[in-house]
Amino acid sequence: MADNYLFFTELLSMPVLDLKGRRIGRVKDAALVPREHAARIDRFLVGGPETWLTLRFDQIRSIDLDRGIQLSDEQLLPYHDDEYMLRIGRDLLDQQIIDVTGRKVVRVTDVTMGVQHDGQRDILTVIEVDIGVRSMFRRLFQGVLPKHLVRRLQRRIPPNSIRWEFANVVEPDPLRRLRLNISYEKLEDMHPADLADIVEDLAPAEREAIFDSIDSEAAADALSEVEDPKMQASILEALEPEKAADIVEEMSPDEAADILSELEDETSEEILDEMDSAPKIEVQELLEFADDTAGGLMNTEYVVLHDNATVSDAMAALKGNEELLETLNTLFLIDEEEHLTAAIPLARLFLAGGDSRLKELASETLLQVTVDETQDRVSEYFDKYNLLTLPVVDDEGKLAGVITADDIISILRQK
Amino acid sequence: MRKTLERYKAHILVFLAVLGPGFITAMVDNDSGGIYTYSAAGAKYGYLPLWTLLPITVVLVITQEMCSRMGAVTGKGLSDLIREEFGLRITFLLMALLVLVNLTNVMTEFAGVASSLELFHISKYISVPLAAIGVWFLVVEGNYTGVEKVFLFASVIYITYIISGFLVRPDWKSAAINSVRPILMLDSGYIYMLIGMVGTTIAPWMQFYLQSAVVEKGVTAKDYAASRLEVTVGCIMTNVIAFFIIVACAGAIWRVAPKDIKDAADAAVGLKPFGQYAFLLFSAGLLNASVFAASILPLSTAYSVCEGLGFESGVNRRIREAPVFYFLYTMLIVVGAGVVLIPKFPLVKMILLSQVLNGVLLPLILIFMVILINKRELMGEWVNPRWFNWASWATVVIMIGLTLALTGMTLRTGGS
Repeated sequence: MADNYLFFTELLSMPVLDLKGRRIGRVKDAALVPREHAARIDRFLVGGPETWLTLRFDQIRSIDLDRGIQLSDEQLLPYHDDEYMLRIGRDLLDQQIIDVTGRKVVRVTDVTMGVQHDGQRDILTVIEVDIGVRSMFRRLFQGVLPKHLVRRLQRRIPPNSIRWEFANVVEPDPLRRLRLNISYEKLEDMHPADLADIVEDLAPAEREAIFDSIDSEAAADALSEVEDPKMQASILEALEPEKAADIVEEMSPDEAADILSELEDETSEEILDEMDSAPKIEVQELLEFADDTAGGLMNTEYVVLHDNATVSDAMAALKGNEELLETLNTLFLIDEEEHLTAAIPLARLFLAGGDSRLKELASETLLQVTVDETQDRVSEYFDKYNLLTLPVVDDEGKLAGVITADDIISILRQK
Repeated sequence: MRKTLERYKAHILVFLAVLGPGFITAMVDNDSGGIYTYSAAGAKYGYLPLWTLLPITVVLVITQEMCSRMGAVTGKGLSDLIREEFGLRITFLLMALLVLVNLTNVMTEFAGVASSLELFHISKYISVPLAAIGVWFLVVEGNYTGVEKVFLFASVIYITYIISGFLVRPDWKSAAINSVRPILMLDSGYIYMLIGMVGTTIAPWMQFYLQSAVVEKGVTAKDYAASRLEVTVGCIMTNVIAFFIIVACAGAIWRVAPKDIKDAADAAVGLKPFGQYAFLLFSAGLLNASVFAASILPLSTAYSVCEGLGFESGVNRRIREAPVFYFLYTMLIVVGAGVVLIPKFPLVKMILLSQVLNGVLLPLILIFMVILINKRELMGEWVNPRWFNWASWATVVIMIGLTLALTGMTLRTGGS
């Protein structure tokens, strides 16, 4: 075979010839068996005189654009069961898949396959999934114009394809996902915000399938990035309570509380029941506050030290809270009665000696709000004093939580 | 007692939360073409045509309910589903037809803008470009919730027709009697009008718009009951408005002397003897309806096409990210508004063409809809129950028959 590629649209309705060159039927579909091989076309479904027949890849001698498929073994079994097959025509063509490198949801128009001769037979392997106008042209004109003309004409259109390794099929049914060896591991390495954009583009069933199968940490990060609170809630609601609880535990307590407060009481109780006690208590405390107050906005992840602690104490405390470092920018001091006494901008620690008192590094004025302060006032504070962090205290002046600038940005964006 | 009250409150909240798609789609149905059809019916035949509104409402509810159910259950738009279940070729054909039909529809909307503002002596060379620019920016610069609020507000403005209906002091008794007493006459003009009324009721684009809007709104199978109620209320309101348009024209024009009117603006002029307010409200309603439909049609078309063919879509994407979407959207507005400004452009012929294309497209879409909604792998327990299937197929057959008849008659009268 001269060309070393074949489009799926060309394979469709290609004649299948037995050893004597008589036509048995035409190709109706082709399928991968992902448990055997990730990209090799393993089965061809052939429309026989009465039923469809299954043709295994090793029964083929050659595949040629003009002459069709020549067999080396003509004992074809009737087609009946495709549980382990990913059928290109039915399961891939015209369906949505995730382009992992391009970070978006795309619709498959055609599939490009490579043709290799291994000494005994021609083997087809899926190379690329085609999306753009070029493949659309092929689909529309295949069968209308001669095959070679279609090939020639389409070359003028710029290609738009995704390599098969970076294409992620979406399958809502968990059993079928297992049989077809579909995993979403590739998605776990994406930036959570990109993954959130992708799931927002999918239909609910597919969305839930992804959250159900990626690891809880990636799921939690992506779920926090989903913009619409209603969608966040409906995703959690669709999951098993244990899985939902695992995800919620990985979220920061304030975001977890926000999402849980969107759910119906019954569902959020179910999820809370499944949670470990430490994160559960934090979330439950936050759930007590109304959404649009400082209490509803704050989270409980902060680093707090005693009034007369030194810089080295602070360093030690930071080492114990490494998971917070990425977003942390302020330390807080409290006295014996847990009253908030000072806020220390983190950067000042760099300029101070190990045994200096933290108190001496504190901001001049201690800004704080109470848990029932309104959301609007809180945003006003952030604007007026150019804050990154604002401590929240309860009625007795005890530190209850912290509001950070990113919370304020999401409020302002939602307006 | 308190519990029932609370449950009642919860129901209302859910209803308000899903309010939007169904209501808006139904209201846009009364676009400038619809208003013209109803005005013409009232002006020429008085209260006689009112009985058709009841069956029209039923047919409208049946089709719209299917779309919103599909949207809520699958979370996918109608063109997505057609592409996934019927392949690229059919989708491409449908989308090409949809663009053509909707382009001609957009032309009629901008013509409506022109004629309603000409009543106030504003030249169409000012009103149409301004409306086009306004429409473009409303959608491109706004977000979905913001735009939906504007659309809901526009739906409320239709109330002007109810007021102007009251202002002309029609004969309420015969209006009431004729609403429930079917009268058929073997008069070709009368039959043509009846078919026209049904034909303008269900347009192909509505099915796409409604389903996408339901999906965009995030309505799920769980709160679908509220969504169905919303669709039903919207369809009823639409026909209440149609009732008042017919009644107003019957009371103002037909009572004096039955006559043929040229366009909807003509009907507004006919209301003048009943006071400046009746005239003002009627023409303001026409302007609102035209601008409203002109904002939704191009948007809905661009969305459906890009969804079905797999191009990036959505107003939250930048122009460079979704070039096909913005091209289609802009093209529909620019061409649709542009041709209205061309002197001696055969607009009437275009409107006839639009009706013919409509007649070709609608049967296809209705058939696809009923096939899709019966697929258990898509709809699960939400497939059509058997009795509803009978109703759906009956509706499809009736609509196809009427649309083909309308198309045929349009072609004959258009050709003569």
